Amino acid sequence: MNFVVPNFAPAYAELFVAAMGVVILLVAVFLKQSARPFAYLASLATLLGAAFITWYTMDGQVSYTFGNMYIDDLMGDVLKLMVYFAMAVTLLYSRGYLTDRKMDRPEYFVLATFATLGMMVMISANHLLTVYVGLEMLSLSLYALVAFDRDSARSTEAAMKYFVLGALASGLLLYGMSMVYGATGSLELSGIAQAIYHQAGNRTVLLFGLVFLMAGIAFKLGVVPFHMWVPDVYHGAPTAVTLLISTAPKLAAFAMTMRLLVNGLFELADQWQAMLMFLAIGSIVLGNIAAVAQSNIKRMLAYSGISHMGFMLLGLLSGVVDGDSRLALNAYGSAMFYAVVYVLMSLAAFGMVILLSRAGFEAENIDDFKGLNKRSPWFAAMMMFVMFSMAGVPFFVGFFAKLAVLQAAVAAGYVWLAVLAVMMSLIGAFYYLRVVKVMYFDDPLDASPISASADLKLVLSANGLAIAVFGLMPSQLIESCVAALAGSF
Amino acid sequence: MLENYFPVLIFILVGLAFGCVPIVLGRLAGPHRPDAEKLSPYECGFEPFEDARIKFDVRYYLIAILFILFDLEIAFLFPWATILKEIAATEGLRLFGFFEMMVFLGILLIGYIWVWKKGALEWE
Repeated sequence: MNFVVPNFAPAYAELFVAAMGVVILLVAVFLKQSARPFAYLASLATLLGAAFITWYTMDGQVSYTFGNMYIDDLMGDVLKLMVYFAMAVTLLYSRGYLTDRKMDRPEYFVLATFATLGMMVMISANHLLTVYVGLEMLSLSLYALVAFDRDSARSTEAAMKYFVLGALASGLLLYGMSMVYGATGSLELSGIAQAIYHQAGNRTVLLFGLVFLMAGIAFKLGVVPFHMWVPDVYHGAPTAVTLLISTAPKLAAFAMTMRLLVNGLFELADQWQAMLMFLAIGSIVLGNIAAVAQSNIKRMLAYSGISHMGFMLLGLLSGVVDGDSRLALNAYGSAMFYAVVYVLMSLAAFGMVILLSRAGFEAENIDDFKGLNKRSPWFAAMMMFVMFSMAGVPFFVGFFAKLAVLQAAVAAGYVWLAVLAVMMSLIGAFYYLRVVKVMYFDDPLDASPISASADLKLVLSANGLAIAVFGLMPSQLIESCVAALAGSF
Repeated sequence: MLENYFPVLIFILVGLAFGCVPIVLGRLAGPHRPDAEKLSPYECGFEPFEDARIKFDVRYYLIAILFILFDLEIAFLFPWATILKEIAATEGLRLFGFFEMMVFLGILLIGYIWVWKKGALEWE
């Protein structure tokens, strides 16, 4: 056997985050009074340090390491930077919420750091096992985080559901991986692509494996028919954890989809595009219709998240038309742009729920937003930006995200699909605008002023304004997403 | 072809003998005075037959989880041990393989310190 020292350089950021996670765990357990602020600040510093490393090692080159199990490319770097950003904002928003509920134990921040590491590994995976290790690292941290409020029956129930369904999805994914391995003889994604290109292996087994892989991916993205966990987990988990689950992991799930389907199984695009179309239609229809019936804003945002993921799939399924992959780059770029924009909007939406909550009170019903304009016109405007952007009202960034994926679908010849998606997003506009209506035209149920720390208010305002401002320069953002993907396939 | 499997046959026979001989020997050589207590299945301090829905001390569960965690590390040590010499024989990698595993064990050790410090190992 040949042994070589692996090149650690492409994975410096991952090694740093792993080391810091362990250090925070160890130091915080020995500190008495200052453990909580230490864990919070150290996890933010970890994200900042990782961002520096990723930024300064970002050279647009594709490099492999650890025996080709690991890939460092521009798409990975850009998505990792977005993950650091989303996680840092999440921690900033959550701080006050956790302190009020005595949940700001150091382990929260350690688990968040390890979840970040899991996402980074998923994003940089070039091997089925690396995908799986990253996915499990993320998922196990999330299961524990959902159950973090141990005494709440609802949150433990949500964690149990998430765990059982997540374990099932992991099993399906592994089963699919084993079949793909059986058919192609390779666990490495580029090796799989080569084997399929040379028509090696049993095609039936390969397609069977693809179906199971797709089930695992669909579960992670939370799209119909693997969406059942989404509303319950979003509702049951503490809002700070819901915020975490609904943002950065979506970027990692997008990266996993790109790696498995595009880097690994691109030759089967006509097969998986048909499956994605089924998932997308189901998600857009069910997500939007079910959200109308919700009175709990966390559940409403969960169903809206399902429909947003369906929209994102519209971009992924429009890459290859009749074996011609010229449209692929733009289509996948639009999907990536959608994922990034969704994360930005989801951060602000759950940030608003956290803003209105205080110790002993969860602002999780739509009724709790009643008359927000009278309590705080500024944050009512921010929430309006978020809702308008999610609904796809023109000139907010969410509109351009929807426009980009719809254009990709139309360019691929799926006009009927685009028409269906637009009709469904009109239904969706109803429940987003209902929130705006209760904020501006109803009387407040509770007139107390908003009590939140200055950093939460500041970052949330910046988040809301970003949604409005990015709407002014969408083409640059889409182009940078396309440019990030250009080197990857 | 089949003779390749001869060691496996020997292994199976030795395994069977290893299990059976002490039981037979014990029955033949030892005194044999059964009573109700002795004949009941042994169940770690629990009543062997009762309603399964009883309150179960969560500490058993904690210990079991910790055991599995630290037990699993052995599964990673075995394959490492088989090729450690080969790695050390490679030029430029004299101690690389050794320290690679030490990093892994170090991470586990930190987990162990955390568990200890959190009081998960104290029964009362």
